[in-house]
Amino acid sequence: MPDASDPTFRNATIAVLVENEAGILARVVGLFSGRGYNIESLTVAPVDAERRLSRITIVTSGTDMVIEQIKAQLDRLVPVHKVSDLTVEGPHLAREMMLIKVVGRGEQRMEALRLADAFRARVVDATTGSFVFEMTGAGDKLDAFIELMRPIGLAEVSRTGVVAIARGARSLQS
Amino acid sequence: MSATAQTTTEARTMNGAEIVLQALKDNGVEVIFGYPGGAVLPLYDALFQQNAIRHILVRHEQAAVHAAEGYARSTGKVGVVLVTSGPGATNAVTGLVDALMDSIPVICLTGQVPTHLIGNDAFQEADTTGITRPATKHNYLVKDINKLAGVVHEAFYVAKSGRPGPVVIDLPKDILIGKGPYTEAPQTEHRSYRPVTEPDPAQIQAAVQLLKRAKRPIVYAGGGVINAGPEASRLLTEFVRMAGMPCTNTLMGLGAYPSSDPQFLGMLGMHGTYEANLAMHGCDVMLNIGARFDDRVTGRLNAFSPASKKIHADIDPSSINKNVKVDVAVVGDAARVLAALLEAWKADDAVQDRAAIAEWWRQIDAWRGTDCLQYRQEGSIIKPQHAVRRLYEITRELGRETFITTEVGQHQMWAAQYFGFEKPNRWMTSGGLGTMGYGLPAAMGVQIGHPDALVIDIAGEASILMNIQEMGTLAQYRLPVKVFILNNEYMGMVRQWQELLHGSRYSESYSASLPDFVKLAESFHAHGIRVTHADQLDAGIREMLAHPGPVIADIAVAKDENCFPMIPSGAAHNEMILAAGQQGGVAGVTDEGKVLV
Ligand SMILES: Cc1cc2nc3c(=O)[nH]c(=O)nc-3n(C[C@H](O)[C@H](O)[C@H](O)COP(=O)(O)OP(=O)(O)OC[C@H]3O[C@@H](n4cnc5c(N)ncnc54)[C@H](O)[C@@H]3O)c2cc1C
Ligand SMILES: Cc1ncc(C[n+]2csc(CCOP(=O)(O)OP(=O)(O)O)c2C)c(N)n1
Ligand SMILES: [Mg+2]
Repeated sequence: MPDASDPTFRNATIAVLVENEAGILARVVGLFSGRGYNIESLTVAPVDAERRLSRITIVTSGTDMVIEQIKAQLDRLVPVHKVSDLTVEGPHLAREMMLIKVVGRGEQRMEALRLADAFRARVVDATTGSFVFEMTGAGDKLDAFIELMRPIGLAEVSRTGVVAIARGARSLQS
Repeated sequence: MSATAQTTTEARTMNGAEIVLQALKDNGVEVIFGYPGGAVLPLYDALFQQNAIRHILVRHEQAAVHAAEGYARSTGKVGVVLVTSGPGATNAVTGLVDALMDSIPVICLTGQVPTHLIGNDAFQEADTTGITRPATKHNYLVKDINKLAGVVHEAFYVAKSGRPGPVVIDLPKDILIGKGPYTEAPQTEHRSYRPVTEPDPAQIQAAVQLLKRAKRPIVYAGGGVINAGPEASRLLTEFVRMAGMPCTNTLMGLGAYPSSDPQFLGMLGMHGTYEANLAMHGCDVMLNIGARFDDRVTGRLNAFSPASKKIHADIDPSSINKNVKVDVAVVGDAARVLAALLEAWKADDAVQDRAAIAEWWRQIDAWRGTDCLQYRQEGSIIKPQHAVRRLYEITRELGRETFITTEVGQHQMWAAQYFGFEKPNRWMTSGGLGTMGYGLPAAMGVQIGHPDALVIDIAGEASILMNIQEMGTLAQYRLPVKVFILNNEYMGMVRQWQELLHGSRYSESYSASLPDFVKLAESFHAHGIRVTHADQLDAGIREMLAHPGPVIADIAVAKDENCFPMIPSGAAHNEMILAAGQQGGVAGVTDEGKVLV
């Protein structure tokens, strides 16, 4: 398989609309591991209870040929409705949510709060020795905040992985 | 999933086992290949109480799947398998992967422990849907009897539509015993799975543009043409003859184009003909129809047909641009694509460059002159090629409808090279997975589908032992399958690679302690024949063919014969090794090539 030195190597954010049924996630994850595709992040949740649909967002990377394969392989899974490579099909929004725990006292607490404010992170839990911040944004913004918290007293991070949607009127669910 | 309960006017109530059998009947099933066990006893009980569906009791679950494959490939119908939970299901896995790789429609019903015990490590519990997820096109675990009939109907649709493949339905025992509604197959479209069969006219136009202007065209047709049904082979033949182009078939595509036709170049690929491979290498326009650019066919990818524009027609978009980047992609069923190509070709005013094509044929004829499949049968030792050639000629003389299956190894390649096929669905072989032990059970399935035909398994002495227990099934059902063993006392294909790539160190590839195949046949109530001299070969073949029941013919052949031509792994089409003493390309196997299988 061609590697990262190939000039067409790129990241791709792929949205997959699937039947909300047992085993669907195993099918998708098994496809990626079985065929040696990268998964940088994967999120899944039901999005339409009435039509029993879930949406999976996968951030992956590969050459153009590999990404075309990934789309075709996903599309041939029986419970898959639609596959879209948001990266190439027009502008899109990508967001991630994170809960981040910072422990510390005194000046460290003040510094953490000041930075959280600058990054628009919300305090969702506080004790005398800790904060949990909630933050939403693009992945690199979350990365930057984590790096800032590290010297202050970073204790734990939980991230959702990327969810994404196309800008404008286009819809995968129509 | 469309497998929800349908509200029909007269939903009949039955138990789960009866629902399964009714759904099989409604999907046209006449025969199933199976092996019983605790978890499927309700199904066996229901089978006992009806006559519409015949059950063939195999001797190993792997063989049940191969038999279903042989049945499916030779009849165009879906093959059906029934096995118990746990070891029954795990034994079936090799067959399922085989069917997946070769795109064969098979439905495998597996027993499962009752739903309330799933996950408890119950007796004979295995995570069948987990294990078979990458081994099937799709699989189901039925946990709600209201959905059972719908799941079975859907499974048939999935198995046979689009790119065919195996489907597993895992059936917990409480579901088989419980009562529920029987519903007919839904008339509605599937919610999410809708394979494209009708080609895009713009792509057909683009294909015709290229093909009409080609100076050195070639048609490379594969198993997809067989999958598309006999009409596709007829259209392929019509198209190739009309366009005056050379045609080559993959191992899986043999029979899609008549082998006796002068425009046929033989099989291509690792053990394909010199002319087919050089024509693929030198063509300027290639039409791939229903083939998947397998590594056994392309050789080294960056040297594959470097100067050609490539058109690829395939029903599965994931086959296109997977290994080889193509210029025109046509998604659709091979028969529909060929019909559209014929029509668009006739409507197009452009005229072919007949002079260039005549020159191309002169070049091809020069390659043909190499006579790459020549061999010399001298003395009393039987050349394996000669054994296959005589088998072919004698069966042709007899004029009986003949079906060939094979095991895996050199004998398989010699069968592909020296046995000619005029029609599709007459050739059953394990191409993608290369499963030793495929041929005998597959022949069994073919014979069930074609009771009056001549069915021959061309076998190796090592492969045949992998499912030899099926001789018992042949005896029980009086299936007159002929097992034609090319006995070279080696795992010949392994020995050949060891000779060519590993300094003739024949590590563990000698077939030691072989059984006496004549006695073995007799102990299974079959007829045994052994042939050791070239001058007895014809008589041996005739005796085998004349015998009304199952036969094992053990043909002692040259032990050290290699299968040529050969493109070594990692080499290009124009770097082919011809038989010893013939002029060919360089036989350089790089270290990179050695890594390849
Ligand atoms: C020892 C050994 C040696 C081998 N050597 C060779 C060799 O020398 N040459 C060779 O050719 N093979 C060889 N093989 C077989 C090889 O491994 C592959 O199985 C084979 O080449 C694949 O054939 P195919 O491309 O026709 O594809 P198949 O596996 O038959 O796949 C069919 C293709 O057609 C598509 N398709 C299915 N249904 C339809 C439809 N209705 N309409 C349109 N498209 C459809 C599918 O999506 C798929 O892409 C060898 C195997 C073994 C075990
Ligand atoms: C189940 C399985 N195990 C191992 C192999 C690897 N393999 C390929 S060909 C071959 C030897 C086959 O020997 P035989 O049946 O005698 O055929 P021959 O090559 O001698 O004609 C082996 C071991 C395989 N294809 N399948
Ligand atoms: Mg052998």
